[in-house]
This record gives sequence, C-alpha cells and structure tokens, in this order.
Amino acid sequence: MIKFDNVSKRYPGGHQALSQVNFELVDGEMAFLTGRSGAGKSTLLKLIMLMEKAQQGQVFVNGKNLNRMDAAQIPFYRRRIGVVFQDHQLLFDRNVFDNVALPLQIEGYPKHEADRRVRAALDKVGLLKKEKMLPITLSGGEQQRIGIARAVVNRPKILLADEPTGNLDPELAAEIMHLFEQFNQVGVSMLIASHDLSLITRLKHRILTLDKGRLIQDAYHTAMPPQPGVSR
Amino acid sequence: MNTRKRASGAKQSQRTARGALQSHWQQHLKTARESLFRLLSTPAATLMTIAVIGIALLLPSALYVSMNNLQALSGGINVGSQISLYLNEDVTYEEAFQVSEQLLQRDQIVSAEYISPTQAAAEFNAHSGLGDVIDALESNPLPGVIVLSPSSIDSTAASALLEELGSLPEVQSAQLDLQWVERLQAFLQLAQRASTGLMLILALAVLFVVGNTIRLAIEGRRAEIVVIKLVGGTNSYVARPFLYAGALYGLGGSILAWLLLSIILLSLRGPANELLALYSSDYQLQGLGTANSLVLFVLGSLLGWLGAFISVRQHLAAIEPR
Repeated sequence: MIKFDNVSKRYPGGHQALSQVNFELVDGEMAFLTGRSGAGKSTLLKLIMLMEKAQQGQVFVNGKNLNRMDAAQIPFYRRRIGVVFQDHQLLFDRNVFDNVALPLQIEGYPKHEADRRVRAALDKVGLLKKEKMLPITLSGGEQQRIGIARAVVNRPKILLADEPTGNLDPELAAEIMHLFEQFNQVGVSMLIASHDLSLITRLKHRILTLDKGRLIQDAYHTAMPPQPGVSR
Repeated sequence: MNTRKRASGAKQSQRTARGALQSHWQQHLKTARESLFRLLSTPAATLMTIAVIGIALLLPSALYVSMNNLQALSGGINVGSQISLYLNEDVTYEEAFQVSEQLLQRDQIVSAEYISPTQAAAEFNAHSGLGDVIDALESNPLPGVIVLSPSSIDSTAASALLEELGSLPEVQSAQLDLQWVERLQAFLQLAQRASTGLMLILALAVLFVVGNTIRLAIEGRRAEIVVIKLVGGTNSYVARPFLYAGALYGLGGSILAWLLLSIILLSLRGPANELLALYSSDYQLQGLGTANSLVLFVLGSLLGWLGAFISVRQHLAAIEPR
C-alpha cells in the first residue's frame, strides 16, 4: 500500500529531514510512526501527501511511483487518501456538516448522496447532533473528530494522521485511537504519527521509530505481523 | 454472473456520470451564489470596487453615446445646409429674380430666396449694430445674394452643384456652408479614434481594479485554499469562486455605469431638445439602446472575469499546503 524505497529528503537550507528510509505498509495494516519532534515524522507524511517531494529514493502508494506524478494529478491522488491534522485544518466560517462535506463537494457528488455520506461519517465520530454548529464553538476533541469525519467521508483506502491526539487529554486521546482502530478493522490502511509512546505501545500495533531522519526501529507489538494482502 | 455484474456496473457508472454532470452545473450555480453572497456580506467594500469599475465603464459608454448622437445628428443635417450665391454687382433686381426662378426649376433645389443689396444692408444694420459703418460709405458694398436650400446633401453631389452654380454668368462666387458639417465629421472621426484608445485604457483599469481586489480576496482566504488543496481540490475548483466574483464585480460595475449614463441622459434630454429645436430639428437624444446595453453588461462581466483570471493565475498557484 505504502512503500518507501531508500528515501531521503533534505530541505532547502540543508536540514536533512529523512535519510535512506525503507519500509512497507501492506494493505489493511495499521502502524504508528514515532520519534522526537524534528525526527522527520511530519516530513514522511508530507511525502505521502505529495506536499513535499523526495530528492532521493522512491515513494510508492498503491503501486504508483509518486516521483512520476505530475502536478495536475495531485488533487485526484489526494482524494484517495484521508488525512487528519494535529491543527485540524478546519474551515471556521462553515458549520460542522459543511466542513465534512468539503471533499465530496470537491468531487462533485450529487447532493443526496453527499448528505448521506456526511451523516454516516458524523455518526461514526459521534457528532451527528452537532452538524449545524460552527467548529469554533466545539471542544478540541470534537474539532479533531470533525477532521476525522472529513478524512473518512469519501472512504479512502489509506488514512494518515499527524499527531492526532497532540492536544488532547489521555482519555480523549485513547478514544480517538480507538476510533482509528475501528476504521482499520474495516480495511483502511493507517499510518499515525504520534510521540505519545505510552499510548501507542499499549495499542499493540507496528511501530516505526524515527531518529534524526533515520528509521531506527521497526517493531511489531502484535503476536503476529500481518500478512501481505490480508485485511484485518 | 460475471457478465451480469459487468452490465450492472456499466449501468451504474452511466448513472453516476449523468449524476456527476448534473451536479457539475449544480456546483457552478452553488459557487456563483456563494460568490454573490460573499460579495454582499461586505457591502461597503463591494460597492467601492463596483463604483470604481462603474465609473471606468461610464466614460467610454458616455463617449460612445455622444458620438452616436453627433453622428446621427450630422447625418441628417441637410435641414440647415445652405448654398449662398453672391451675385455680380451689375446684376439687376429683375435679372436676379429671374435667375432664382430658373434655379427653382431644378430638382436638387428646394427653395431659393433673393436678397437684394438694399435688403442685405437693412439686415446688416438690424443685426450687427454696425449700421453707421455702411451709412458712412458712399455706396452699398454688399452684393445681392440668392440663398438656396439643396434637397439632399451628399458631399460629392453638393460640391458638383456648387461648382456648376459658381460658373453661372451672374454669379461671382458660390459658397456652401456645409463645411462645418465636414469639419464636424472629421472631428468625430478623430474623436472616435481617441475614444477607442481611451476605451482600451479604461478596460485595462477595470482589469487592474478587479485583479487587485481578487488578489486581496485570495490573500484573505489563504487558509481555506490550503485546506481545499489538502483534501484534493484542483486549481480550477479553487479558482472558480474568484472567477465568479470577478464576473460579478464586472456585471455590477456595468449596471452602475448604465444607471449613471441613464441619469445623465435623462437630465440632458430637456436642454438638448431645446437646443435642437433652435436648429429646427426634431431629433431626439438617443440612449444606449437594448442591444448596446446588453453588450455593456456582457463586456463588463467578461472584463471582470478576465481580471480575476489573471489575478488567480498569478497568485493561486503560489498557495500550496506546506
């Protein structure tokens, strides 16, 4: 599903964000990406999102080489990937419903179909009753849920999350992670960047550890590593 | 099983294709409506922009209308045009009268009036207030004149007629006071050229005004643009509301220009008709007319759209999620 082949990324100014990273995330797998601030977690996710491009090595998503993707294809590629941001990236001038509906609007879904999907996503994150409210009136945890509903509303096969629990208390954080596990259980491949080690080690999934741009550890916290092509 | 599955899949994709097309227009309509509401939500700023565009569009429209009026007016000017035949000194009253009778026989001439030197002197006395000057002279210096009204004035026919009349034995010189019409026409041509240039400059001004307004709007919605691009919005999706906004600015500006022009014409109608009545013309001041009004609206909208397009091309691509 996602494959990094000897990927290096250096920002203009000389900061080496990633050095020779190799790993593969198979279809239906759930993995955490951890490491200190500045270890390269966000950069790695940005490479998958095509917000950045690698100087060396190749990133494959769904069998496609991202190096060979031209600018006009990027929006269509991004529609197939759900992303949850630490700062939510919500639009504060529209209500909860319209925020979640945005990806469907962009794709031009007919209204009744879009409405159905938005309500299903909101129901999943427990915000169905707050669809008319403005995001600014909701709590941090609820805003994160809007972001999650928006990320899954067009049923992507891959879900990325960058520090999704960064600003949440432990209880809410665990709830959000539980939500992610539910998506994973219906076959969505997940890659979640988080520095909250105590939380993610409890969850027993694969953990990729970055340090100064290098992948220093790739460990499974489940009894058995998932087999390629098997969704759980 | 397999073929049935494929067939139903084909039907489904057909259905979604039609649904997608329908929602494409729905989407455009929705975007246009949202752009309109967005403009209306900041009425003062929107009005200011529209006022600038309106004034920029008013100038060429007003020029166009005045030129149109002058042209129509000078085309039907034969009412006022005259040929004056200045007679030789030795032509007697009877001879002159005979000549004018003969001239009246011609098709090209509608009326002929003989003014004798004595009459001319009396008129001069009455109108110029310089009667003493003539009285002081030993003899009346004014020649007899036959004033003719030609039936229609086409400038080549008129000059042919003028030459012919000038060669009559009784006539010393013939003068066509149509020259001012020719001068007016030459002036109009010049003014038309100048106004075309002015129109281009003002169109550029509209482009810049809309472009700059849209640039500010893009800056103001930078965060939103980033989010839309993050979740897979194409450049054209992001650009669309700005293009609609530009077209709406242009349309608003052209409607304002039209309103201002109508007010100006309405306030000029009275005095203009009085002036025209002095020239015994029943000409009515013309406005833009329906077709030209529509042209103004369409051109205004297109200019607004183009201004937004240029601005969007310059500024939108630079906003990428980082």
